[in-house]
Amino acid sequence: MDGAMRTYRNDEKEGAVSDTGYITADGRQIGGTLMELRNITLKFGGVVAIKDISFDIREGEIRAIIGPNGAGKSSMLNIISGFYTPSEGELWYKGAKRPPMKPYEVARMGIARTFQNIALFEGMSVLDNVMTGRLTHMKAGIASQALWWGRARDEEIANRAVVEKVIDFLEIQAIRKTPVGRLPYGLKKRVELARALAAEPSMLLLDEPMAGMNVEEKEDMSRFILDVNDEFGTTIVLIEHDMGVVMDLSDRVVVMDYGKKIGDGPPDEVRNNQDVIDAYLGVAH
Amino acid sequence: MAYMSEGAEGLRSIPQLLQRNVSLYGGRPAWREKEYGIWQSWTWAEGADEIEAFALGLLNLGLAPGDHVAVIGRNRPTLYWAMVAAQMCGAVPVPLYQDAVADEMEYVLSHCGARFIIAADQEQVDKVIEIQDDLHQFEHMIYVDPRGMRKYDHRQLHEYGHIQAQGRAARDELIGELNARRGALGYDDTCVMLYTSGTTGKPKGVVLSNRNIIETARASSEFDHLGPGEEVLAWLPMAWVGDFIFSIGQAFWAGFCVNCPESAETMLTDLREIAPSYYFAPPRVFETQLTSIMIRMEDAGAFKKRMFHHFMRLARRVGPKILDGGQVGALDRARYALGAALVYGPLKNALGFSRVRVGYTAGEAIGPEIFDFYRALGINLKQLYGQTEASVFITQQPDNQVRPDTVGVPSPGVEIRIAENGEVFYRSPGVFVEYYKNAESTADTKDADGWVATGDAGFFEEGTGHLRIIDRAKDVGKMADGALFAPKYVENKLKFFPNILEVVVFGADRDRCAAFINIDLTAVGSWAERNNIAYASYQELAGHPKVLETIRGHVEEVNASVAEDPMLSGCQIHRFLVLHKELDADDGELTRTRKVRRKIIAEKFHDLVTALYDGSDSVYTETEVTYEDGRKGQIKATLTLMDAKAVPVAPPAMAAE
Repeated sequence: MDGAMRTYRNDEKEGAVSDTGYITADGRQIGGTLMELRNITLKFGGVVAIKDISFDIREGEIRAIIGPNGAGKSSMLNIISGFYTPSEGELWYKGAKRPPMKPYEVARMGIARTFQNIALFEGMSVLDNVMTGRLTHMKAGIASQALWWGRARDEEIANRAVVEKVIDFLEIQAIRKTPVGRLPYGLKKRVELARALAAEPSMLLLDEPMAGMNVEEKEDMSRFILDVNDEFGTTIVLIEHDMGVVMDLSDRVVVMDYGKKIGDGPPDEVRNNQDVIDAYLGVAH
Repeated sequence: MAYMSEGAEGLRSIPQLLQRNVSLYGGRPAWREKEYGIWQSWTWAEGADEIEAFALGLLNLGLAPGDHVAVIGRNRPTLYWAMVAAQMCGAVPVPLYQDAVADEMEYVLSHCGARFIIAADQEQVDKVIEIQDDLHQFEHMIYVDPRGMRKYDHRQLHEYGHIQAQGRAARDELIGELNARRGALGYDDTCVMLYTSGTTGKPKGVVLSNRNIIETARASSEFDHLGPGEEVLAWLPMAWVGDFIFSIGQAFWAGFCVNCPESAETMLTDLREIAPSYYFAPPRVFETQLTSIMIRMEDAGAFKKRMFHHFMRLARRVGPKILDGGQVGALDRARYALGAALVYGPLKNALGFSRVRVGYTAGEAIGPEIFDFYRALGINLKQLYGQTEASVFITQQPDNQVRPDTVGVPSPGVEIRIAENGEVFYRSPGVFVEYYKNAESTADTKDADGWVATGDAGFFEEGTGHLRIIDRAKDVGKMADGALFAPKYVENKLKFFPNILEVVVFGADRDRCAAFINIDLTAVGSWAERNNIAYASYQELAGHPKVLETIRGHVEEVNASVAEDPMLSGCQIHRFLVLHKELDADDGELTRTRKVRRKIIAEKFHDLVTALYDGSDSVYTETEVTYEDGRKGQIKATLTLMDAKAVPVAPPAMAAE
């Protein structure tokens, strides 16, 4: 464990995307550090949700965060997306220390996410929902928007073109005009992914993208996640409970338990880590 | 029938028709495809430019005259262009069924010895890669959609757009060669090779010449007055002869526009948006659409429901007559016009049939109820009878002579002869050249005078001169007591019930008939929902006692109707079972065009057949199924065997000794 950890650790130089990355098992070149979380602690009053966790996310990799229920995975994702501000610790993004930010500011920096419990506009069509993913790219003023003239119109056409590419990519053409409320669960998840992709993020956060899906839907979703990563080079941070999926998809895995990091490394290594095995099979704490 | 030695106006090949269309209709749309939510379109001139660039690119890769170029994918302009580009280079396009599994593809690809394969996307490329070690002549594969292909080994793999770019770059160098090859195309050179789905045995490669395709396209376009203003939706498999005739033969001859849907799932939406004027669909599609209309009407409000049924009753009574120009009173005409404004118009619009001038269905018998429903709405739906070996057309129904139970009169230029055993033979300019590398089958099917055996039994109706098809000639058999056994006749009657999707009747050399039945999940599922019947799977629904009772009712109704025909009264079904799985082409039980393979089904489910005849009440069975990705699994089920009442008939009179 220790030896392998060293292979992946940054050379501790402040911030910059300095190191050269690594090559994955399937031959993909992973870039330098995109985000680094340093000694993050998150407290809600007396409850310590995350205790002194450090790890990095590299450009172009699929990074999974796993752990038993209540381990603090979603909290971690919420820190990255700016929804929570850590009580202690620093978050470095693209070589600079990130000050406390609102989620919309984080979104503008190129970080998009999906939610554990689907958060779509049920009454709106798939197309409109995905269009909302382009909000951060719309700059036209309210008057122009209301009159559907000038900049607003040009922007909408350009944004629609991006959205249509995403719809094509995720193969949801047939439900383009269908209200989201009428869709089955698996498709809603796909629409949520579409909305996140429409923002053209450099980092995509997926909170349990496959929860509640059947085997076929999981296979489809896995395919899409790999394709997104492959086609657009998007860095993906993923929380998932299905161990088979995690081990197949991800390049590196962070394992959390009771708010602490108990493992970090490529899937094979994590699988054989005694702490991880204990956490999943259960030992007395 | 005297054959012309040259094509009309010196048009001897598809690439020459393309040149003519560029000069006649250069600025009119020739292809459309919905992509990124918008209908993208190409005029004849633009399309010709794309085709030429691709042809030059193929030359650049070393495509030689006489090579076979396999084309696999859903209907897309790029793939139609690829076929014409291959023809331009003197090569032979061979379209394949895109849903074929790798093993099936391997047979066809190695049989035709394809050097070049043009695949739509990653899915098709993966299938070819899986089998490429066994394809000895295979050299280059070209894909259209680059998605997911970045990491593939590109030594033998090329992107469609890149091939075109290379072609354009090498234009000066290669255009001379391309023009020479295009000019050398003769009327009797091969235009296309299509593999028949084969209800028995391995598929056969049907070689069709330019003469076959162009003569057929000309005659059939004239028959229905097809002109450059038609719109068609190309959505049936490209490997099927009908699609080649409609989307290439007739489209190039008449100069009309071919529209390609965005994806298979959006087909119905795209149909509505395009509203084609010339349309083809197999009976199954009309059936499914009607079922879904009826299901949705069940959910409609009481007023709408009453209005719908009221006007549909009127339409069924007078609609077909109005369509055929028959005598209908002024009052009924006025009421029909009101119905058109309130019901038929909106309904046709929702179905995408607002502009259909000529619609065809073929391939299977269509239920008279279904057929009349569409005719009643004022849609000129007709039947045709055809085969790959005939370049489609053998008989078709002229306007105003349309009936559900015939397949029409001989198409222009087609001669028909009925053999003593009832088998239908034909001879026409569309008759295929040969089965590729299969002289034996060619000789079995086509005699020295050019007469082709259809394998179907039929007869000409007295008075009207319309042909009626009863069944496959080889399926028509005898029962143990010598009575005539025509399974399809009975199966079709059963399949006309919306609840029943597929039927296989057994009875040859037996004393009684028995049947396997597949329920239609949409219709039966909707019924179950309305009646609060819970079910977790197809299998559970298929085994539900109430479903079995309903099906028994249908079987008994059919028995009564079969009993009325003295010749076929022996074919009444005494016992049946509802199958625990849908018959599927992936399991080899149906052909890719969804015809039942009797022999294979009888072998695969021999335990069930035995049970039907040994008098047991239920039977336990395990069945292997193949999933779409090629994996296999097992389904276990205990099926209930049902008895159905047959109408007693007098035993057939014994022939005098």
